[in-house]
Amino acid sequence: MDANSSTLTAEKGTSLWEDAWIKLRKNRLALIGLGLLVFLCVISLLTPWIAPYGYEEQNLLMGATPPSAEHWLGTDVFGRDMLTRIMWGGRVSLMVGFIATAVALAIGVIYGAVAGYVGGRVDAVMMRLVDILYALPFMIFIILLMVVFGRNLLLLFFAIGAVEWLTMARIVRGQVMSLRKQEFVEAAHSLGLSQWIIIRRHIIPNTLGPVIVYTTLTIPSVMLLEAFLSFLGLGIQPPQSSWGLLINYGVETMEEYPWLLIFPGIALSLTLFALNFLGDGLRDALDPRTAKD
Amino acid sequence: MLRFALGRLLQAIPVLLVVITMTFLLVHSAPGGPFSADKAVPEEVLEALEAQYNLNQPLWQQYVNYLGDVLQGDMGPSFKYPGRSVNELILSGLGTTAELGFYAMMVAIFIGVIAGVTASMRPNTAQDYVPMTAAMIGICMPSFLLGPLLVLIFGIHLEWLPVSGWDQIPGDKILPAITLGTGYAAYIARLSRGGMLEVLSQDYIRTARAKGLSEFLIIGKHALRGGLIPVVAFLGPAFAGLLGGSFVVETIYQIPGLGRFYVQAAFNRDYTMILGTTVFFATLIIVFNLLSDMLAVWLNPKLRQQVRGE
Amino acid sequence: MAALLDVKNLKVHFHTRNGLVKAVDDVSFSVNPGETLAIVGESGSGKSVTCYSLLDLLPKPPAKIEGGTAMFDGEDLLTCDKDRMRHFRGNDIAMIFQDPMTSLNPNLTIGEQLIEPLIYHPDKARRQDRAAAKQRAIELLDEVGIIDPERRFDSYPHEFSGGMRQRVMIAMALINEPRLLICDEPTTALDVTIQAQILELIKKLQQNRDVAVIFISHDLGVVAGIADKILVMCNGVAMESGNTDDIFYNTKDDYTKRLLNAIPEGAKTMENRAQARNPLVEVANIRTWFKDYSGSKVITVKAVDDISLKIKRGEILGLVGESGSGKSTLGRSILQLVPTQEGTVTFDGTDLTSLSPKQMVPWRRRMQMIFQDPYASLNPRMTVFETLAEPLLYHGIANKTNITEQVQALMDDVGLARAQMRKYPHEFSGGQRQRIAIGRAIATKPELIIADEPVSALDVTIQAQILDLILGLVERHNLTMMFISHDLSVVRYISDRVMVMHHGVLVEQGKTETLWAKPKKAYTKNLLKAIPVADPRSERARLSS
Repeated sequence: MDANSSTLTAEKGTSLWEDAWIKLRKNRLALIGLGLLVFLCVISLLTPWIAPYGYEEQNLLMGATPPSAEHWLGTDVFGRDMLTRIMWGGRVSLMVGFIATAVALAIGVIYGAVAGYVGGRVDAVMMRLVDILYALPFMIFIILLMVVFGRNLLLLFFAIGAVEWLTMARIVRGQVMSLRKQEFVEAAHSLGLSQWIIIRRHIIPNTLGPVIVYTTLTIPSVMLLEAFLSFLGLGIQPPQSSWGLLINYGVETMEEYPWLLIFPGIALSLTLFALNFLGDGLRDALDPRTAKD
Repeated sequence: MLRFALGRLLQAIPVLLVVITMTFLLVHSAPGGPFSADKAVPEEVLEALEAQYNLNQPLWQQYVNYLGDVLQGDMGPSFKYPGRSVNELILSGLGTTAELGFYAMMVAIFIGVIAGVTASMRPNTAQDYVPMTAAMIGICMPSFLLGPLLVLIFGIHLEWLPVSGWDQIPGDKILPAITLGTGYAAYIARLSRGGMLEVLSQDYIRTARAKGLSEFLIIGKHALRGGLIPVVAFLGPAFAGLLGGSFVVETIYQIPGLGRFYVQAAFNRDYTMILGTTVFFATLIIVFNLLSDMLAVWLNPKLRQQVRGE
Repeated sequence: MAALLDVKNLKVHFHTRNGLVKAVDDVSFSVNPGETLAIVGESGSGKSVTCYSLLDLLPKPPAKIEGGTAMFDGEDLLTCDKDRMRHFRGNDIAMIFQDPMTSLNPNLTIGEQLIEPLIYHPDKARRQDRAAAKQRAIELLDEVGIIDPERRFDSYPHEFSGGMRQRVMIAMALINEPRLLICDEPTTALDVTIQAQILELIKKLQQNRDVAVIFISHDLGVVAGIADKILVMCNGVAMESGNTDDIFYNTKDDYTKRLLNAIPEGAKTMENRAQARNPLVEVANIRTWFKDYSGSKVITVKAVDDISLKIKRGEILGLVGESGSGKSTLGRSILQLVPTQEGTVTFDGTDLTSLSPKQMVPWRRRMQMIFQDPYASLNPRMTVFETLAEPLLYHGIANKTNITEQVQALMDDVGLARAQMRKYPHEFSGGQRQRIAIGRAIATKPELIIADEPVSALDVTIQAQILDLILGLVERHNLTMMFISHDLSVVRYISDRVMVMHHGVLVEQGKTETLWAKPKKAYTKNLLKAIPVADPRSERARLSS
């Protein structure tokens, strides 16, 4: 076989990512979750243009009405359209979810990667710190922060992110640590490749898997935390609203107007479902051990 | 073992100090707080605060005084309720919250472990899918959603169970405990299922089977010990979470517990109450984590021996 | 005399995601009371699956027993109900497994695990109470060679070494006086000296108790001395069966012949290419110590403790040692892949220990390593092309225009088909992956190669191919090599000189044949004595002495 023809006949291989995608496609629940998530994101992005009513549009004469043809999800005590309010609330909840997760991701990945790569005493100290922080009552600190500094949206992002980075740090550190000991990383070292190339070509691509999985699972955790705070009145403040705040209002009037509680509740639960199923599906797809043979 | 406990305790003390210090500084830097001489503060309270804290002194002096007080167990006067001390308020709510937390923890552990272990016995069958779907619902339905729904269904429509108060009407502890515990039961169910599946795929389970032991013995004697380790590790964060969750549950069910006091204090800007309760909670959580750490070590024979050898 | 176990036409299929796998395809064999049957085959031969199906230990799904019978004492094991099967397990038929580290429950004492078959005996009449069971267990611990059995009864598995754990497993299997003992590669995970002890123990116990044994192994040498009959399997099919002597000395089957030929035997046949001029590598008083932070206290591990050696240009130096001897660490210390505390490593006149990591880079081109695990030594997310191109491009040996040519040339050199260039590691077999790893190692045209157990994870027929590949490459490319292995036969086959390492120090060294013929130190003598030879007559003689 001469050199020219062989390049044309080289067979194409299946990378691990493609393999994972194939596995994921077979997981119906995860696909539903993914679809739902995409749908929600699109709706949230387009809300300013596609919401049926104005956000603040009140109709005091109408008051709270159950679902009807004009108002698919009913109206609240001020006559505001619930569908609109839920759409706008979703924007905020999802935004908090993504941004706070990004904060947690940034801090956690860097911290965990450093601890895992440097190893030794530095790692021992860094992880002990994580252990201690894990045990602290962060919920209480956040509430404290919210009380003291007022309900600043930016502060909320950072506060929530600051709580969630611990798990991400642990995951990344574990992965980097086990990778460092892998023989192909040793081989790269033995070939004289620079640290930077080793990190870029060998460590990072093999860390992405667990990071993606846990990011997907952190978002619902974060959204829950925000909803929790908003429910207590310590999170998002009116005139903005989030699903947590809507649920708060809904609880107040739940005997007379149950739909004010149920619809935001369903919205929140469904989103959490979608993200959790997707995260679980990703975990199964990317983990070589959980192949269901 | 004792030395190990003491060692961990010593590590916990600086943590506690950090918590107290941070909380103190946060509270003192709050705009419009009592320590910035707000005129809206009632006379009596200002007098009590003055007496206790000497507000004219420099900050670090106030800090040292406060620290001294706290170490003696004195959390100062309540800001919102003149004439009552924070200690009083904490104690009055503590019993209730402790009981609620206990029942919720029992719900979480029993239901969670039983569901998870049962699911792990026949993976990928109905015995697995049903409890795990229920667990997923439990995770995705936060307590502030579940609670009102339960109240709506069982309290208002069906009128089976009471929906407010604690220890007033028989049965009024059921809904709150379930509301608080369900989320954690779900999480524990998933953790125990995962842990059990991991253990059941180990070689030593195959050995136990090859020895002719019954399924009951294999699960109960051989697998559980290793399989429940993730659950034990989770107990510390679970406790902290239950404490936080009590805020919501007590609010929904109108329970006069510590959690509700805390939320109200937060709203009312009762700074001494916030300070005192935060320190108290932090102490509880740290102690609980210490206990669950010790439990984790005790359950692992290798670690147990290492620790004994010290 | 009726056979104790008579298996006929056994068929076991696995329904996997990737299709149907016929793990066992129409296999028949029998075992008489007191007899030892060895089932031999490489990985994927179905030897373990065959025996697991006898005791219903296969995961179903995905496994399914499609047909056949296994008559044990008049009953068919494959069709009896669960209760009846529990009656056989641990009682009439016992099993011991390959990895003694993971086969015992770490959370229970060994005593507790030992008495379980007695106190939970399915036949209520034969159940014993704890005191009597404990007594019996201690007797057995003594019989299998555990010292101070009464105190050790309350110990946990992690307090024992691998060999001792295997003895405990054997005791546990024999405690109910089974009539058939199935051993699934029980010595594969053990050092060669421990392996010899365990083989002797099994033989002795079998004779004392008149129990039939099925011994599964991938190594014909190991079973030569203890088997009465042998069954050779390949890809689920029975290739040949018969008396041990017939199989070893008179086999007609091609596959069996290949297996026997693949076993490295005897001295190295290639000429010694060592040059007399100054050595390529000189190591002086090197010390490599590690700190272990994982436990509650920090422990110092003295992996390499004051070693000096020379490697001549063109020679293949074998480094032999059991697990924990520090041989891998020594190899890595020479390549400066791990930090060394003391001592010097001189390569072609330059002291590598005095160089900074940046200064080391040009030197790294000239010395490379081949690793043991073909699954872990390749980046799973890079294609063959990318893996081989990386060193070529990084060191400027090739550029964008000729890179494909050069990668293809490398693939030719190590025997890989060019068409596989864009595939990923998980799409190759173990042997092929090792070829890729070897290709990567010779890409920079190094002068020195340190091979760390390069064939230990491979089947014996593949092992032979890779060893020949390595020898060919050494000759073609004028390489100097240090060949590290725990397998003495392999080392003898390939090395000009051999060094023996134990607990971080060099015990003995010398020309290969000289060392084999006249070992000086006791440790070396024991090591050489323990090597199993694929010759039944000499093995039997050795075991009975």
